[in-house]
Amino acid sequence: MTATAPAHGEGVVLGVEASVKITIDGREVAAKPGEFVIAAAERAGVFIPRFCYHPRMRSVGMCRMCLVEIGGPRGPSLQPACFITVAEGQEVATTTPAVRKAQDGVLEFLLVNHPLDCPVCDKGGECPLQDQTLAYGPGESRFVEEKRHFEKPIPISELVLLDRERCIQCARCTRFADEIAGEALIDFFGRGDRVEVGIFERQPFSSYFSGNTVQICPVGALTAVPYRFKSRPWDLEQAESTCTTCSVGCRVAVQSSEGRIVRYLGIDVDAVNQGWLCDKGRFGYEWLSGDDRLSAPLQRRDGELAPIGWAKALTVVADEIRDAVTMHGAESVAVIGGARLANEDAYAWAKLAKSVIGTDSVDAQLGDGLPAELVLGLPRATIHEASHAKAIVVLGADLKEELPVLFLRLRLASISANVPIVELSTIPTALAKHAVASLSFRPGEAAFAARALVDAFSGADGVGEGESGRGRRKVASRGTAGSDGDAGGGLDPEELTRAVGALRDALSAGEGSAGAGEGLVIVLGRPSVADSADGIADAARQLAAALPGAKFLPTLRRGNVNGALDMGLAPGLLPGRVSLDEGRAWYSDHPGGWGRVPAERGRDTAEILAAADRGEIEVLVLLGADPLTDFPDRDLARRGLAGARTVIAVDALMSEAAGVADIVLPAASFGERSGSTTNCEGRITRVAQKVAAPGVAWPDWVIASEIASNMGADLGFVDLDSIWEEIERLAPSHRGLTSTALASPDARDGVVIPLPEVPVAAEGIAFRTATGQMAIPLIDPVAIPGIESVWKQGSAAQSGSVMYHGHKWREVVEATAAAAEEDAATAVAAEPEPPRRGKGAKRATAAKGDDESAEVAETEAAAGPQRPRTIAFEPAPVAPAVPQVDAYALRLVARRSLYDLGTQVQACQNLAPLAPVATAKANPLELDKLGVAPGDAVRLRSTRSSVVVSIERDFSVPLGVVALGFNLGPDHDGNSAADLIDCTATAVNVRMETI
Amino acid sequence: MITKVPPIVTARMGHEDSHTIGRYLATGGYEGLRAALRMGAEAVRAEVDKASLLGRGGAGFPAGRKWGMLRKAEPVYLVVNGDESEPATFKDHLLIERDPHQIIEGAIICAFAIGAAQAFVYCRGEFALGIERLEEARDDAYDHGALGHDIFGSGFSLDLVVHPGAGAYICGDETALLESLEGKRGFPRIKPPYYPAAIGLYGQPTVVNNVETMSNLPWIVLNGGEAFAALGEGTSTGTRLFALSGHVNRPGWYEVEMSKTTFRDLIYAPEYGGGIPHDHELKAFVPGGVSAPWFGPQHLDVALNQDEVGKLASMLGSGSIVVMDETTCVVRAAWRITRFFHRESCGQCTPCREGSGWLEGILRRIEEGAGREADLELLLDVCDNIAPGLGWPPKQTTICPLGPSIPSPIASGINMFRDEYLLHVKEGGCPLRLAEGAA
Repeated sequence: MTATAPAHGEGVVLGVEASVKITIDGREVAAKPGEFVIAAAERAGVFIPRFCYHPRMRSVGMCRMCLVEIGGPRGPSLQPACFITVAEGQEVATTTPAVRKAQDGVLEFLLVNHPLDCPVCDKGGECPLQDQTLAYGPGESRFVEEKRHFEKPIPISELVLLDRERCIQCARCTRFADEIAGEALIDFFGRGDRVEVGIFERQPFSSYFSGNTVQICPVGALTAVPYRFKSRPWDLEQAESTCTTCSVGCRVAVQSSEGRIVRYLGIDVDAVNQGWLCDKGRFGYEWLSGDDRLSAPLQRRDGELAPIGWAKALTVVADEIRDAVTMHGAESVAVIGGARLANEDAYAWAKLAKSVIGTDSVDAQLGDGLPAELVLGLPRATIHEASHAKAIVVLGADLKEELPVLFLRLRLASISANVPIVELSTIPTALAKHAVASLSFRPGEAAFAARALVDAFSGADGVGEGESGRGRRKVASRGTAGSDGDAGGGLDPEELTRAVGALRDALSAGEGSAGAGEGLVIVLGRPSVADSADGIADAARQLAAALPGAKFLPTLRRGNVNGALDMGLAPGLLPGRVSLDEGRAWYSDHPGGWGRVPAERGRDTAEILAAADRGEIEVLVLLGADPLTDFPDRDLARRGLAGARTVIAVDALMSEAAGVADIVLPAASFGERSGSTTNCEGRITRVAQKVAAPGVAWPDWVIASEIASNMGADLGFVDLDSIWEEIERLAPSHRGLTSTALASPDARDGVVIPLPEVPVAAEGIAFRTATGQMAIPLIDPVAIPGIESVWKQGSAAQSGSVMYHGHKWREVVEATAAAAEEDAATAVAAEPEPPRRGKGAKRATAAKGDDESAEVAETEAAAGPQRPRTIAFEPAPVAPAVPQVDAYALRLVARRSLYDLGTQVQACQNLAPLAPVATAKANPLELDKLGVAPGDAVRLRSTRSSVVVSIERDFSVPLGVVALGFNLGPDHDGNSAADLIDCTATAVNVRMETI
Repeated sequence: MITKVPPIVTARMGHEDSHTIGRYLATGGYEGLRAALRMGAEAVRAEVDKASLLGRGGAGFPAGRKWGMLRKAEPVYLVVNGDESEPATFKDHLLIERDPHQIIEGAIICAFAIGAAQAFVYCRGEFALGIERLEEARDDAYDHGALGHDIFGSGFSLDLVVHPGAGAYICGDETALLESLEGKRGFPRIKPPYYPAAIGLYGQPTVVNNVETMSNLPWIVLNGGEAFAALGEGTSTGTRLFALSGHVNRPGWYEVEMSKTTFRDLIYAPEYGGGIPHDHELKAFVPGGVSAPWFGPQHLDVALNQDEVGKLASMLGSGSIVVMDETTCVVRAAWRITRFFHRESCGQCTPCREGSGWLEGILRRIEEGAGREADLELLLDVCDNIAPGLGWPPKQTTICPLGPSIPSPIASGINMFRDEYLLHVKEGGCPLRLAEGAA
């Protein structure tokens, strides 16, 4: 892994050897070419005080706190260490009298106008200005004049308050908004010591990322509404964890006070979130300590849910399930959900459902995801690989709304690393302005669009082959796909030419065959929940088949949906990314296995609900899932819940669906239980318990174990480690990742599974981080002073000698770091795992003859079936259905927004009001045709139902399309987008009626 | 000794219509440009080098050398700095309003010499008349064929934009000016890069020269660099336009030969300042703009030579000389100047942003009678924290030179008039004002 040195200095220089010799305070230090003196010094253990410097943002040298003496032709002079890049032979002095005087002076200057209201300031106790004044500043101020005054504080958004008196004008927040978030909604106003941060007229700082400015503010100028006055830093306890609001898996410090979670801070993990969080993740803890939490089991009696004890509840649940299985067969029991669970919880539930109960009708996705086999079978990319790719194709939802921090990473990849992005969507997303081409396909016709892109890329249809080619033909004509020379799903030919040109340029550069798509990362998700997943899945298959070198980053949105799929919470799957058929022998016959697995592939969520509607589901378990608000087709969800004989909701909140359940079991949620989670890359990190769950709520794995126990079965779990031990032993994709390894400091940034296979004799078993090298703990000690110390404590406790398959963890990491890049291809699930071991009879020869490690041999000492192969991508494009459209209909695009009417968002008092009002958007040309004025109320009518919303003009919406936010405000009839959607249709056609 | 040399940049000032193209052409206008186009760019650069034309903006960097430092890259930009905003500095104001064509001709010659196809004149926004006349002159120059495509049939093309500033002294700093020109907030750029010649406007190599520097070019091209260098002495060659103000009988602008003229000449000679009103004693004077440390009567015979003034720890700077007679309160004078810097500090870096206001506050307090003896050391130490060592040329803890300008009047004032400061403290206010009140 090599990176070129930046032209001018940078705070974060990764993957470059420290080859520049500089002298810091008389000591020779190796620095990386291109890095700033302040960064080199820090790695050498010399802390240079600073305020404005932030390693993730452009250096500005404004605060002057980092002045050090740097030798030059005219002798040493005071220079900002955050702005001067290292140079061979450079001499840096950080403790000379001149430096001390400058530090003293700058701090005294900063305190001239800074109010000393520390006792009532949120930042007091963790304030870089306080800390550095103590360490480097004058004992007292000589300033006796009047300080400047401003009204304090003023709101600059719904979530952030600004106290201009406390501001020290470091420009961290304004740079963040501009450079990182790409929304320059805050800026400096005024001049001199009247400079203030402000917002523009009638334009609040309504950014999805505004909370980051609070975290990086080196004083208490920016405070967060949800945290303000909630705690003092010295009362906070914290644990490192992973945010599970979406599937990006940002690392967070979970902080609690008096047994309540009061704050999350982003932790700088280079491979994932680089310190940033979205506001939904950052402030989404409020529901945890809300009044709506389920704290005791409930049973419906006389129509009302009433508390019962666990013993009674478990008996009832076990009896219901047992009766259903006995009377109607195991497939009459179904489980929907599981993406909210930790990996260990998901595994326990998978084992309960598939082994103890025997049903395969288990689905962690709610009809708005992608086929699990496809997701697990496609070669998987990491976020790091995506942001360093030769090119990115985004086929999916608006990442800013669904996986916001991934949006930040891709945006930065485009801006900083010039990675060309081609977007394939139904309506241009927030990434469109950073994309070289944004291709809009007609809803439901993604597969045709992908076909057109692939054909054009490979030159099959002449696009990009010059003006004479067929590339000029009109593929955007409206009508049924496939007819009349339009096989392109409605793509704009010029945009397609641009996209293909950019992809060819990017992919032909450097090594590898351009045709194979080597170096291309395809970010895959659902552009609209109104379209069926089949179209997107087929589009993905087309891309994967035509570009076998490309890797995929799936963007299923729910917190641990990837972990749930890995743990087998999907029909046709068993834990460890194996299919039911492939893993049947391994899981059912293997000693220490499950004993049995379902005979037939079960139903997915839509099929479960349809079956329930037909009266075929006796017991429906909702595992932290609410089909009534989250499933695309509300009519089906309603009918399904009504049709299931018994509905059991295992949840943390009283969701709409839990409200109609027969039995409600309270589950411990984020911060209330430990475990691990898996993000979209397949990166496993640990989540930590920090507070107690309310009432008698239990972790989900305990609930699963107890249900099993009441059914007379023993899942065999006594604690999380015992679950993980079984996962590591049985699940092929998780093999080698022991709980000790996962808890080690080296795995702090998470471990991407599956671990690569390298012959033990040669190299040991490879372990890699996503960056292919040791992750550097990039903590910004100024912004989050507390976190590093916790990390160090954790590190000390582990004493750094983690054994991994007989090798010292760190040695393994270092030995294989160089090889990691070549191994990257073998590191993903796409490569079928070679059969591990023959039957017992062959064992003796195998142990001698092949290069298997002794450890593996021991683990699998007992005679048993062959370890199953993980799912691999098989290019089997289906013939996509052609959606019917009549000339008067518009295709519906239903997209999610970050804040919606989801149960958790609505239980957060500060986030709930941020859910936008549902409005429809259409192209003005379309509206003119219909004679509809902006703001008019219109009725959108589908075959299912209708919804009345006001309409907005939006030129970015293609012709023939109407967009409606999903899971947003019901209209006066109580309807919303989900009421229009028929999840069995390829696409949803609606008519717009004026009223 | 007062030398009499023909004026170079103020030759047309006697005419009411000096700003019109008619008068300009009638007085040899655009002949320098024609000559330059005939000579070729290299020859023009050689003449300017020979002339030893020092930048007239304040720093006094040789124009020829500045041009020679340009990074080899296309395109190259020329920016003419007409953002003259310092108190008591008004020489560029005169050139802009009274001879805009001379600036434009100089700019075209410069652009030709450095190979720029686009030039900008950044003019102080408050110069309403100046902007009007610059724009008129620009339009007339286009009509005359001196600007635009294929200038005078030479094959050289240049476009010129007149850009009014929005009222910030800091935009006179060349890098802040470039930021402002790019449409951004006028924050000076942090070094490195050290020179706009390497990375300037829109990241391209850029020459930023002062209005007066440009105004000298037509004459240099027409008369030769040697003729220019024959005036003055050492590196301070040619003539220079000075703005004389304060306690003198004849305040105004005077173009004098450099090095051959002294401060005494300028202040006392009847054809220049004509002495101090009421025959008051000279107390001190600002030798080169309010950023310059003050001089006293002992410095009167110093020649107007950049190096000599520099050796005495001050500068000719922006060419403004302010005379303070015996009735001047030095605390008040320092306060007034510091108030200006306080108001004009851009706020980007800490020492200047916070130090300027603090210093102003202390000076006001002393002037108003609430001073403490310790305030003198405090003033000097706060100044030291902006310009460590308080030496000359000043070191700085700031990004740009505005910060280290602030200590100039304070430190030099305290050095020269410590007793007067102490008297303010002792008597609980300004002794001059108290005396006035008593009388």
